[in-house]
Amino acid sequence: MAKRKVLGYRRENGRVGVRNHVVILPVDDISNAACEAVANNIKGTLALPHSYGRLQFGEDLDLHFRTMIGTGSNPNVAAVVVIGIEHGWTQRIVDGIAKTGKPVTGFSIEGKGDIRTIAEASYKAKEYVQWASELQRAECDLNELYISVKCGESDTTTGLASCPTVGNVIDKHCADGGTASFGETSELTGAEHIVASKAADEQVRKDFFAAFNDYTKLVFDQKTNDLSESQPTKGNIAGGLTTIEEKALGNVEKLGKHTKFVGCLLPAVAPTKPGLWFMDTSSAAAEAVTLWAASGAVVHLFPTGQGNVIGNPIEPVIKLSGNPKTVATMKEHIDLDVSPILQGEMTLDQAGDALLDMIVRTANGRLTAAEALGHREFVMTKLYRSA
Amino acid sequence: MFAVSAAHNKENTQMIHFLTHDSADNVGVAVVDITAGADCTGRNLANNEPLKAHVAENIPLGHKLALKDFAIGDTVTKYGCDIGKVVQPIKAGQHVHTHNLKTKRWA
Repeated sequence: MAKRKVLGYRRENGRVGVRNHVVILPVDDISNAACEAVANNIKGTLALPHSYGRLQFGEDLDLHFRTMIGTGSNPNVAAVVVIGIEHGWTQRIVDGIAKTGKPVTGFSIEGKGDIRTIAEASYKAKEYVQWASELQRAECDLNELYISVKCGESDTTTGLASCPTVGNVIDKHCADGGTASFGETSELTGAEHIVASKAADEQVRKDFFAAFNDYTKLVFDQKTNDLSESQPTKGNIAGGLTTIEEKALGNVEKLGKHTKFVGCLLPAVAPTKPGLWFMDTSSAAAEAVTLWAASGAVVHLFPTGQGNVIGNPIEPVIKLSGNPKTVATMKEHIDLDVSPILQGEMTLDQAGDALLDMIVRTANGRLTAAEALGHREFVMTKLYRSA
Repeated sequence: MFAVSAAHNKENTQMIHFLTHDSADNVGVAVVDITAGADCTGRNLANNEPLKAHVAENIPLGHKLALKDFAIGDTVTKYGCDIGKVVQPIKAGQHVHTHNLKTKRWA
């Protein structure tokens, strides 16, 4: 089969994106109003309001900056206007995004007020969005896309059909020299030995267990019961999943049959070479996809059983389901139906190829179900309370 | 939404009621809603072997049925792996879920 090509946006640093957003990025919670006002003034721009950015410290603050800078740096973003309450942290984010070579300008509110800040930022946003609107898509190789994978509202059909379909794509994409990432640290519980067996070498295996054991310790330190309604969730249980082990064994079907993962990433850190990477993330869908988008992923593959509706503002989320009931009752949320796998009417190889074709169409501009429905969940991960 | 039209792969046109992932599995997953008393056809995804089961209780699509009798403390195997321990006796053909199977983790 001929190599798949996509029509993407090649950014200043050579990376390939599939969307062309002009982002209005708040440094902190109290700058959301100004960012939303700018996005309201200038059509075609995208504000990303969030809840944090004040009085954070240590590793939690590092993650905040990494997420902000990474989001602005994502190849799906053409240009960025950054707005913060004060100059220092605003400039730190501007400087971080500027390393990609893309246009970025910061504005701070103190000493000026919202109205003047909004006016100045709006002029810049208008300049950026008109410039971005003239950028043209160019032919790129599919293996230039960095793909993230995570499932949600899983049931037993995700382990039978939609997760192994993603695994088939991971095997093909990574064998072709592509980059991909999986995570969901807590949801690997019960299948950690399988994940460990897929580590490329002993150091990667040790790094994985360090992250996994850290998470397990957190769960034991904080738990007030046996977590039996959080992992698995109520939705998982309704779909037939009974234990975390069973859920994890279905989850790791996404890793593919042959692919070894080449490294472990802290949340929101970009991979440094092609191949499959583990990222230490929450298993909550919106939080995890936000971290992958901040690490530079440009397309997300999301298997669902009972019907998760998540989207992301800058990274298109492609949903597939192998549950025929969900495909029928929540069809507006599902981009690819792989339920024929259950009756042996579709092979995993055919389903994987169908998903690769859907990635190409999405990259070329087809809106995902989540994009068409306006799902723009942007959820920052907070490691601990602020000072 | 786009489904792959690959309806000709199926060698056997008989309806499949349940699947197993691995030859060591002692539970199957219903892939249709199964009514109590039904004689059901299954398939082992690891080797494509056909399976049979007489189902004693209603099993909704996606839920598990026991393929053998279990006593308290027995291990349930799916994907060829341990998915937890039995906490109430289970007979072959009965529904296996949170009322009779618990995690060995986080407990």
